[in-house]
Amino acid sequence: MTDLPGGQDPPFRLSMLIRDRRYRSLTIQAVVFILVMLVAAWLVNNTVENLARMGKTFDFGFLDNRSGYDIPFSLIPYNSDSTHLRAAGVGLLNTLLVSALGCLLATVLGVLVGVLRLSNNWLVSRLMTVYVEVFRNVPLLLWILVIMAVFTEVMPSPRDYRPAADGSASAQMILFDSVAPTNRYTSVPALRVEHDPGAVALGPVSVSAPLLAFVLAFAAAWLINRWVRARAQARQDATGIRPATWWVTLALFLVPLVALWRLFGLHLVTPELRGFNFAGGMNLDNGFVVLLLALSLYTGAFIAEIVRAGIMAVSRGQSEAAAALGLRARPIMALVVLPQALRVIIPPLISQFLNLTKNSSLAIAVGYPDLRATLGGTTLNQTGREMESMLLMMGVYLALSLVISGVMNVYNASVRLKER
Amino acid sequence: MSELHAETVAYVRDSMLPQGAPPSRQSGSVLWLRQNLFSGPLNTILTLLGLAVVWFLVSHFWPWFSHSVWNASSMAECRQIIAERWGQGATGGCFAVIRERWNQFLFGFFPPSEYWRPTAAFGLMFFAIAPVLFTESRALRWTVMAVAAVLTFALCMLLGAPPRALLVLAVVVVGLTALNEYAHRAALVFSLLFPFVAVWLLWGGSIWGPLCVLAGFVLGFAVWRALSRLGLFAVAAGVAAAAAWWMFMSDRAASDLQSLLPVALPYVESRAFGGFVLAITIGVSGIVMSLPLGIILALARRSDMPVVKAFAVMFIEFIRGVPLITLLFVASLLLNYFLPPGTNFDIILRVIIMVTLFASAYMAEVIRGGLAALPKGQYEAADSLGLDYWKAQRLIVLPQALKISIPGIVGTFIGLFKDTTLVTFVGLFDPLKQMADTIRATFAWKGAYWEPYIFTGAIFFILCFSMSRYSMYLEQRLKREHR
Amino acid sequence: MTDVYADRAIDRSHMTVSDQVAIQIQGMNKWYGSFHVLRDIDLTVRRGERIVIAGPSGSGKSTLIRCINRLEEHQSGRIVVDGVELTNDLKNIDKVRSEVGMVFQHFNLFPHLTVLENCTLAPIWVRRVPRREALATAMRYLEKVRIPEQAHKYPGQLSGGQQQRVAIARSLCMEPKIMLFDEPTSALDPEMIKEVLDTMIELAQDGMTMICVTHEMGFAQAVANRVIFMDQGQIVEQNTPHEFFNNPQSERTKLFLSQILGH
Repeated sequence: MTDLPGGQDPPFRLSMLIRDRRYRSLTIQAVVFILVMLVAAWLVNNTVENLARMGKTFDFGFLDNRSGYDIPFSLIPYNSDSTHLRAAGVGLLNTLLVSALGCLLATVLGVLVGVLRLSNNWLVSRLMTVYVEVFRNVPLLLWILVIMAVFTEVMPSPRDYRPAADGSASAQMILFDSVAPTNRYTSVPALRVEHDPGAVALGPVSVSAPLLAFVLAFAAAWLINRWVRARAQARQDATGIRPATWWVTLALFLVPLVALWRLFGLHLVTPELRGFNFAGGMNLDNGFVVLLLALSLYTGAFIAEIVRAGIMAVSRGQSEAAAALGLRARPIMALVVLPQALRVIIPPLISQFLNLTKNSSLAIAVGYPDLRATLGGTTLNQTGREMESMLLMMGVYLALSLVISGVMNVYNASVRLKER
Repeated sequence: MSELHAETVAYVRDSMLPQGAPPSRQSGSVLWLRQNLFSGPLNTILTLLGLAVVWFLVSHFWPWFSHSVWNASSMAECRQIIAERWGQGATGGCFAVIRERWNQFLFGFFPPSEYWRPTAAFGLMFFAIAPVLFTESRALRWTVMAVAAVLTFALCMLLGAPPRALLVLAVVVVGLTALNEYAHRAALVFSLLFPFVAVWLLWGGSIWGPLCVLAGFVLGFAVWRALSRLGLFAVAAGVAAAAAWWMFMSDRAASDLQSLLPVALPYVESRAFGGFVLAITIGVSGIVMSLPLGIILALARRSDMPVVKAFAVMFIEFIRGVPLITLLFVASLLLNYFLPPGTNFDIILRVIIMVTLFASAYMAEVIRGGLAALPKGQYEAADSLGLDYWKAQRLIVLPQALKISIPGIVGTFIGLFKDTTLVTFVGLFDPLKQMADTIRATFAWKGAYWEPYIFTGAIFFILCFSMSRYSMYLEQRLKREHR
Repeated sequence: MTDVYADRAIDRSHMTVSDQVAIQIQGMNKWYGSFHVLRDIDLTVRRGERIVIAGPSGSGKSTLIRCINRLEEHQSGRIVVDGVELTNDLKNIDKVRSEVGMVFQHFNLFPHLTVLENCTLAPIWVRRVPRREALATAMRYLEKVRIPEQAHKYPGQLSGGQQQRVAIARSLCMEPKIMLFDEPTSALDPEMIKEVLDTMIELAQDGMTMICVTHEMGFAQAVANRVIFMDQGQIVEQNTPHEFFNNPQSERTKLFLSQILGH
């Protein structure tokens, strides 16, 4: 074999920055980096100049100042003497509350509608199709405004629930006399604790004792249940017969629930009309109710489509193959269809949760005090700190989104089909 | 056993059986009802519940609809007419508000004499997207273009377009139809020109303004082509040439040309934009301008250069992580901070910039999906023929990836179009809230809640529903092609 | 194995091997992660040679020819193609790629372009040939692979065999000096294999330098002047087809031949 002329690695020349594969990529990256940094520097420079011209500074110190405004709906103690930071916290918690409840309701609704759309019942599947298409193809804002208008224009005022002289009232409570929607608020039953042992201090935060007890009981039940199922699995592996565990599971969750319910003397208090207003129950601000309803109905339509597509994505052949192996309907669903359908359903479902959380910022249309309304609204206007408030608010939303999509990525990684 | 066997072997059928009728209970409407509505206890309960829902809806809404009044000049008059016709206490829709104010829901505060201009722009848009979107079937393309042509022309005439404009419009429409049929590439050129045509029709002023901006693009392109052997330097030179033109020459050239050969439409201020003109302007310009940005971001995100990829990921995830409303507030509160002191352009432009950035992140993800769907062999074949990265992207990868992405792009547009209603919160006159609020604020139409919502909602529904159906159809078609 | 070429008269007048070196590979190694796919490959290909590479799947034969036009990067050793060394220099890579044609197992035609556009794309954009000239060349090669009448169809409208012949024509339009074939018939239905092999035989008769990764041993016997047997990333044996099939030396070769010819 003749020896090849020339050496393997020619010495470095400047032209290699562009012509050599290894250096070219570094060159391009350096150029892009410098360009992006130049643009960023230009923007920052403009901002600094503009702030200076307007005599403003960039400083988050205002967050420790007294807010001076009230928030009508708060999950933590708050008054106008609290700081702006606490106001932002109240807003964030309100955003989280409406988002979490919205996700829950939307999922329940979406799964129900998605399954019903696939039912053999002609009428029901058509009705569900109409619901899905009507809600998906019209802006969310319209649904918020319409539902708001229903509450302000159609719902009776609290006084209409008062019986007139002849004993008949012009408005009746709904859902077995437990809920009273009015044009100012919606009164729902409240959960009362009779024997409240008070709050338990856990470091800096204090948590209500009953709540803590329920959480602990639930966690314990979940852990024991896992152990029970593992044992049942071991039995099945050893003997081939799986002992029935459903009643253990049921008992594990139900017994502590009932016991604690009794122990703390929990009971529901339905709202009652006292004078011209409802009392006893919980009077939910209509802004909250409207936003929750609109977000759930709108997102529910999207989730219904996702559920339907997920179920349809599991080919008929899969359940036929399982049936041919002699599996019955329940194991077919649990072992073959659901695991595959969930793989398809969960990622877009979580991205709908993400959308719902972001859409909760439409609280602006109903006056519900969410993060945008406190930090990005009243605080921003009172302090004139647009830059700081907006950046902080966007940062919080971004963090929320990243957490949610982080959960999604973990899930995706755990269920990815092992395929070549 | 052996007999049976013998029989089966020896059997030959000598006469064919005629088709038999099914048992009488199991055919026709009775069978249909049994199978589809009452096939079991659960199904029967569902049917009854469904019927209850239908009854609830009809009994609540039908009287209101059937008592609607179209001819009145105020809400009070409406109520009076309803009370007269259907008795005291009857409720009914007062669609007179739509009849009186439809123009504001559609055109905002556009000068009525110029209503034909947004209409013409909207109609011409179908010709611009025809060579991209309606390539699948000739019959469909023809239908779309014929309907668009006839409707555009008729509506412009009804809305009082001047005869000269009508003539030009007719020539343009016929020309475009012919182009689409006989010269597909030339029709694509119109698609590229359309944004300038639309800007001119919407905002008016001298035609030389948009044309000189366009000239900058042409100049940049020409410089790049002339120097294309130099690779990335040619791109830089092209960008520099275009930028120089826009900064130093464009304005002067436009005014010189205008004085030389004046062609102008009455200028309409951005403030006058409202209603669906505003929603469609923001939605369409957002999606059109986000397309190139989205392509670049998608390519960057798939790049194997970590720095480039990191920037793309950061941008995309940031935009997708925050609500659009916060970006709109950035447009109204912060954008001026980021620009050189003294810059101040109107809120619609600022909103369009933010909406473009917003849409580009979503567009990038859609296009990234299209790029990922291309088989690896396509990249390898391009490589083995010696095409460099940009040529391979331009000639092989993007044409295919974009085609796969079209349904996703339409979906993004539907979402964006619905989201344009949020501009109401930065004080623009969207059709849904601000425009309706404005009309309700007048004494005559105080209390007109449902009718505007139904009207604007119906328009949104028709547009979004038909777009989503079309994108589903395209998706099915693509699936069949790929099989 | 069916030997479809036993009765076929092959014109060997142009099938001459010159002294000029077309490809030279020296001590080339490649790893995928920690997996050593190609181990110390030494190979010299002279102009006009027709080499068939055989071996069990996973033996590195495809990777080897993909290294020759840099679809895969080698990590040590040297590859010189037509006097141009494959280094990280992009100019060299482009030069090699436009001199070396490649035909893939799955054709990899561009589905959004017509057959003719597939063939003219690279000459126009890479070689900067005037359009008219590129069209003429493309038609000439389409006639050579006997499908000029399909020129204005899209790849999706053609059969697999026709697509593969278009892919060959597309490579030929760049007027390459060397052609690489990566299992060109493996994705084809049996009745279409012959038409593609016929095309390849004609190419060989014209004196093209070819390297084929293929399981078509009849083709190897009829056309190749050298058969290379690879296993576990190494060249195990190389010989003339006659010697290779009738008198294999290595145990691995014998085992392989008994497996593919045994039934």
